[in-house]
Amino acid sequence: MRGMSPVVQVIARLLAGLLFLFGTYIVMHGHLTPGGGFAGGVLVAAAFILMSLAFGSVEHTERNSYTLSSVVESLGGVLFVCLALAGYVAVAYFFQNAATYGTGTPLKLISGGMILPANIAIGIKVGAGLFAVFLALGASRFVMKD
Amino acid sequence: MIELYVLLAAMIVAALVAIEIKDLLAAAVALGIVGFSVAIMFILLQAPDLAIVQVVVETLTVVFFAAVILRTTNSDTTIAGRFRHELIFPTVMYVTFGLVFLVLVGRALAGLPEFGNPTMLVAREYIALGLERTGAANVVAAVILDFRGYDTLGEATVLFTAVIGVLTLMRRAGRRELTSENRN
Amino acid sequence: MIPYFACILLVLIGLYAVVTKRNIVRIIIGFSLVEYAINLFFALVGFKREGIPPIITELGQSRSNFVDPLPQALVLTAIVIGLATTALMLALAMRIYEKYRTFDITEIRRLRG
Repeated sequence: MRGMSPVVQVIARLLAGLLFLFGTYIVMHGHLTPGGGFAGGVLVAAAFILMSLAFGSVEHTERNSYTLSSVVESLGGVLFVCLALAGYVAVAYFFQNAATYGTGTPLKLISGGMILPANIAIGIKVGAGLFAVFLALGASRFVMKD
Repeated sequence: MIELYVLLAAMIVAALVAIEIKDLLAAAVALGIVGFSVAIMFILLQAPDLAIVQVVVETLTVVFFAAVILRTTNSDTTIAGRFRHELIFPTVMYVTFGLVFLVLVGRALAGLPEFGNPTMLVAREYIALGLERTGAANVVAAVILDFRGYDTLGEATVLFTAVIGVLTLMRRAGRRELTSENRN
Repeated sequence: MIPYFACILLVLIGLYAVVTKRNIVRIIIGFSLVEYAINLFFALVGFKREGIPPIITELGQSRSNFVDPLPQALVLTAIVIGLATTALMLALAMRIYEKYRTFDITEIRRLRG
């Protein structure tokens, strides 16, 4: 995949950082404001896809990010299940929230018990998964031979 | 609520364009119009969570469609003006199904509460106890990750399965034409 | 009732594409249309006139005019799953094009024989 014109590259370099920051903000504040792991994860994936589209990539970096993103996606899923399992191990039930983690101060960042770490886990999972899907669908190493 | 009806009309027109226009890339863009109309409607329907997700997801949907169409072909040779005999059976089936579906939907909608006045039998408890039981100010987040955590776990599994499916389908190993190429 | 029927109309448009079109990408677009219509239907069912989003912004706030959070929670995950399944269908279409050099399903049936 070749990169795009310098105009696109400069703008993409400016925007991708902001997009990533906004994605992480949405993930971290999912229990206080609209958003959450799913929305923030897709935004993080969009930041990576923007960079990948604007700058292009060579085959070996693409293969590395492909492997890395599928591993990170699995780790996000494992983290989510572990958070749910902690309730079973520590108290009584799978997905036990308040009794395991405490509810924290309402309307502050540290509140909602499991919801903040679970949002982070889901954000990692969704972001890495969609970036892997994009690499699989659009990347140069799969270009068809005519 | 007039803007809701305007958006619904725009959505239906864009949907008709998406399924009838000859160029596949234009069809993908028309699908994007439908998706962004849905996103604006989510804002009007007081669902900011859904609006954020829908805007980003719709962007990525169009990117995925464009990635596939640009790498294959964008001309749809099957949309031709002339009449085709193979189309008779699907069309008859579709019309029959559509009529039955409309009758059933008419009955089902008669049982629903009027638009803008939900019953909220289950949700009343979620709203009343959401902050106290979970500590999360966003009731939607409290529902998806605490009250209905199993649902989210299942959805995460479906997402994982779909991603694994794409990666398996698109990987290089096991491709026939590439192995024959290696042999040459 | 009119918004509900507009949603049903969109479902029928999507189904029309799925049943009668012969291009695989067009069929996938039909599936996406059905998905959007169903997501929108859920949000419409949960809407309340003069409602506000179900997010508590201060302690002791009146919660009586919140819109229904349950359909929103159900749809939130379904939207992202829809993107992943669309990508899966597109990957299948791409492999089919790679093998048969066409998106036309009748051609594919003919070449297979």
